[in-house]
Amino acid sequence: MSKLQNAIVGGVRRVLGQVPAGWLPGGTPDPLIQRRVSLGTQQPRIDGPDKVRGGARFAAEVPMDGLLYTALVHATIARGRIAELDTGAAEAAPGVALVMTHRNAPKLAVPPPIGMTSMKAAGNNILPIMQDPEIRWNGQTVALILAESQEEADHAATLVQVRYETERARTRFEEAKADARTPDSILIEKNRLLKGNAEAALTAAAHRTDAVYRTPWYNHNPIEPHAATVLWKDGRLIVHDATQMLNGTAGSLAKVFGLKDDQVHVSSPFVGGGFGGKALWDHQILAAAAAKLAKRPVRIVLRRSSMYRLIGGRAETEQRVALAADARGKLTALLHHGYSVKPLHSVCDEQYGLTGRSLYACESFDIVQHHLDLDVVANTFMRGPGEAVGTFAIESAIDELAHDIGMDPVALRLRNLPDRDPVSGAPHSQSDPAKAWQMGADQFGWNRWERRSTRREGEWRLGLGCATGTFPYARMPGMSVRITVDDEGRATVASAAHEMGMGTATVQRQHAADRLGLPLERVDVRIGDTSLPFATMAGGSSQTASLGAAITAASSKLAGELVRLAGNDTPLAGLRANDLEFAEGGLRCVGDPSRQESFASILRRAGRRQISVEGESSAPLEMLKFAMHSTSAIFCELRVSEATGEVRVTRLVGAFDCGRILNPKTAASQFRGGMIMGLGMALTEETLLDPRNGRIMSASLTDYHVPVHLDLPEIDVLWTDIPDPRAPMGARGIGEIGITGVAAAVANAVFNATGKRVRDLPITLDKLL
Amino acid sequence: MRITVNGTDYPVPDDVRVSLLDMLRERSGLTGSKLGCNQGACGACTVLLDGERVLSCLTLAVQAAGREVRTIEGVAAAEGELHPLQQAFIDHDGFQCGYCTPGQICSALGMLEEFRRGDPSHVTADLAGGQARFSHEEIRERMSGNLCRCGAHNGIVAAILQFADAGAGE
Amino acid sequence: MTPFSYRVATSTTEALAAAPDSSERFLGGGTNLVDLLRQNVEQADALVDVSRLPASIDETEDGGLWVGAAVRNTALAADPRIGARYPMLSRALLSGASAQIRNMATVGGNLLQRTRCAYFYDVPGARCNKRVSGAGCDAIGGFTRYHAILGASEQCAATHPSDMCVALMALDTVVHLDDGNEKRRLPLSEFYRLPGNTPHFETELRTGELVTGIQIPSCRAAVNSTYRKVRDRSSYAFALVSVAAAMRVENGVIADIRLALGGVAPRPWRAAKAEAALAGRAPSQEAFRNAADAELADARALGGNAFKIPLARSTIAAVLGELAGDAA
Repeated sequence: MSKLQNAIVGGVRRVLGQVPAGWLPGGTPDPLIQRRVSLGTQQPRIDGPDKVRGGARFAAEVPMDGLLYTALVHATIARGRIAELDTGAAEAAPGVALVMTHRNAPKLAVPPPIGMTSMKAAGNNILPIMQDPEIRWNGQTVALILAESQEEADHAATLVQVRYETERARTRFEEAKADARTPDSILIEKNRLLKGNAEAALTAAAHRTDAVYRTPWYNHNPIEPHAATVLWKDGRLIVHDATQMLNGTAGSLAKVFGLKDDQVHVSSPFVGGGFGGKALWDHQILAAAAAKLAKRPVRIVLRRSSMYRLIGGRAETEQRVALAADARGKLTALLHHGYSVKPLHSVCDEQYGLTGRSLYACESFDIVQHHLDLDVVANTFMRGPGEAVGTFAIESAIDELAHDIGMDPVALRLRNLPDRDPVSGAPHSQSDPAKAWQMGADQFGWNRWERRSTRREGEWRLGLGCATGTFPYARMPGMSVRITVDDEGRATVASAAHEMGMGTATVQRQHAADRLGLPLERVDVRIGDTSLPFATMAGGSSQTASLGAAITAASSKLAGELVRLAGNDTPLAGLRANDLEFAEGGLRCVGDPSRQESFASILRRAGRRQISVEGESSAPLEMLKFAMHSTSAIFCELRVSEATGEVRVTRLVGAFDCGRILNPKTAASQFRGGMIMGLGMALTEETLLDPRNGRIMSASLTDYHVPVHLDLPEIDVLWTDIPDPRAPMGARGIGEIGITGVAAAVANAVFNATGKRVRDLPITLDKLL
Repeated sequence: MRITVNGTDYPVPDDVRVSLLDMLRERSGLTGSKLGCNQGACGACTVLLDGERVLSCLTLAVQAAGREVRTIEGVAAAEGELHPLQQAFIDHDGFQCGYCTPGQICSALGMLEEFRRGDPSHVTADLAGGQARFSHEEIRERMSGNLCRCGAHNGIVAAILQFADAGAGE
Repeated sequence: MTPFSYRVATSTTEALAAAPDSSERFLGGGTNLVDLLRQNVEQADALVDVSRLPASIDETEDGGLWVGAAVRNTALAADPRIGARYPMLSRALLSGASAQIRNMATVGGNLLQRTRCAYFYDVPGARCNKRVSGAGCDAIGGFTRYHAILGASEQCAATHPSDMCVALMALDTVVHLDDGNEKRRLPLSEFYRLPGNTPHFETELRTGELVTGIQIPSCRAAVNSTYRKVRDRSSYAFALVSVAAAMRVENGVIADIRLALGGVAPRPWRAAKAEAALAGRAPSQEAFRNAADAELADARALGGNAFKIPLARSTIAAVLGELAGDAA
């Protein structure tokens, strides 16, 4: 992002600061906040029965006649070129239909990058795909096999012979610092933030901490591998994909293959976990290219090792955080400088530098991020990008500062809560972290513990820790839905939105029911296919709010269309859309419930079976006028073995201030899920890149340790449930905040247990011996 | 020799390299069993082979010849009613994306049978003491071979406990 | 996987009937071999499925137990005689892999598990002397967190991944082998080789030879025994360090001590030096630490595995302390 962009965003913000809130989307609080029937209640997942039966159909499970199976050959050097390539044995192997390499791959355009500007782009790794003999990272695909069975494809892949000419590659974090880039902006924020004189405040401070924190490369590791079943039919490309960016994937594939948008159809009704990793990567493009050459449908299922080679993860970071405080614990300086890997062909900033801009009131700030270019697969968004690692650094530093001052770390945080955005001065839309802290502390019993006394059970030392989590609100413009109401009084809401476990259809069904004044069982939701109205990505915890805004917009249109259709022979005659509300399966006059007519009655009288309208979420100007952040208070109890350094988490509590909770059942699962991924990030997970040749050496679930059942305690989650008057339904997204703050809470508890401050994740036992 | 899956006989694949998992998913239309890692590190492919939970990705289909395989498709009653454990997974939200779920459910069914016959686990204090106490910790250890990346673990354990408790009361 | 043929053997005679060529392989539970074939780490023309051979656990004349090679890990761990007489073996088995894998894995296959060194597994991307003799080793100088501190060579520092075998090693287990012409017995301590200059030879198993079972001698000390496995998560992970130990204290001194280590060496590691240092001594934390030091005096770290030396020392001391109980 550029200086120009900084100027535009800054200008819009300045203007919006002067505009009355009532003129903006969300300017008037969503009336549904006060009028919830189904929203806010526990609802089981609509797709639950399908999922527990194994009947939910995932991308690799679409049956198709004449299917060919795919195997990939990956480069084993980080930089250079293919010098010799012998595919003869593979081509002659039983069952092989095609061996595709740069020699015979069709011409493919570079995929358009996921961006702020185009919702039709989902590219992550912005490099030519199989167009030349160049090798740009260790793991790049150099050959693709199609065969009649997976077994035959896999075998043929072992027969491809490649010799490389190796060039010197950049694979070392430390060495890349010499050529670090400092972008003008991070996402839509100015990168370098200087406010006040942080250096002077640090020098003069009564208390200060200054330390470097490191987080490794992490991988998403959804249990469903990246997969696609691909078919060309009558010049159209049909892709059954596992994607959290349906329209982005379709639009990108159209660009790559030189097709019109309507010539690409992507379907993805169920995604077996995404966490940021399931957008467009090389494999869908390669499969589609191979299917085109072979003139047969193709299934590609990435081997687990191929997932590490082809799908990027969370960027490695190194963050210096320096904090200064006066004698009473008031923050006077917050310095946050860091490096993270972002190759030139990557689109994800790993925006940890934004974390410290909203959490605490502080007299001075000095924040900047630097990007390192390495010859590796592009890094990408992974649950809580930026904040997940940013909160580790800042919230560890806060704990260090509290220790230095001799203050309770909760009290230190409460003392520094901001009453408005600490940088821009924008008002909060809603923010009550103090309440979250109180709820969490009460649940955990924080104040009952004498934390500084050494407690132990046998060889196990007990420790307690806490930290704040945070994640910004986001809503996407351009999310659209179609609402269809029929003469039986049923409504169907349709959008190319995504289900990866968030409960999208379940929650939006609740929303639509309340919005349209219908009982839950008379609403259907259809998602997961680009034949449905255009949807923005499931990312940035934005989908619920974006769909919420789209359904709201469509419902307004629906009211207008219905009242027009109702004509004059109706109790509603003469009323405008603004005078109407949805209730009891129809429309009625606000303030005069006697003037009412049901959907069925209106439609039947008009001789219509059904009526459809489309609505679209508006520009999210509320995000620019208000400071809209969710926060959490995370508490952790754990024990550390003096003999082995093993860490066992025994309790975990998260209290969240995220606006209104729409479905406590699915929300609790989102929070817990994020927190569990946070425990993995804290204690066990790490992608290992061998710097000698840029090869990932933890390319399996044996070597990359995601937490298992026995690692995980019962996790208590609570929420303030205070509506955000600026957000649709009063709700801010909750998919990502769960992971934030957890690693710091764990690290702080480890310090409490052992006196050891571990500043580089994961906190493996060797660091505690 | 045939392989019996949920009461129906299927031919043994000609290519003996075909795993039981691929035979189910790619050749028999039974896609409920999931491929996660294809190397025994995630548990998504768990099925019951002669009543024992095993990993179908590391079992060659030909090794199942003459045996009974039960997959997630064979867990619910024939008339379609959900198995009480399946219902318990829904009640406790023991899944999000649903991809590891069939493996979790098949694994739990096998686990409860192992428990019933008195098999100890890594966390069982007294190896010679007969049946271990059915606790959260026992379930967690015994289910640790089934990864879940959405983080539905609490719900999974609660679902299994609900089902086991209901069974104990019968 | 290269194409292979498959046949089921229902008796040892049948298993050994076809004169096996060098690439014919016996298939047990398949939990390791199928993966190795799929990853192209190994190739086979023919598999002989021996997982359906009779699998029994029987008393031996000397008061020990005979365990058929096809006995599943789950069955062995749950056998009440094992739980009562050799609890360390039950615990070792139960700490290995997952329940599903233990239901599949056989005793014979477990003995022949191959290392989990990531460089060994990365056929296209890494050199490995174990896969290709003389090719070189990319692990040394790379990630060595899981690698050996004892018994390694310049050519290979990969560790043996089994838990079961660590307990069996401590119990002086004897392996029974049969190639159709000759039946022989080897103590486990002689069955496994150290890598030296030939890391591709891991055991004394001859071409075409089948593991028919193991014999666990009677061991009074083993009644008071345990197995502790230290790993990167609490379950379903390979050992960083594991300790199998049995101790019998009489008249205030250690009358019998059995100690073996896992995760630290290319084979299950019998800690004979530590045992020697403890025999006849009064149990104490000091004695345990000294014994661990004696065993680890020869330990050599490669960088990433240096923590295993202090970890092994303190884990040995903790396990022995637990077994000694009030006596220490």
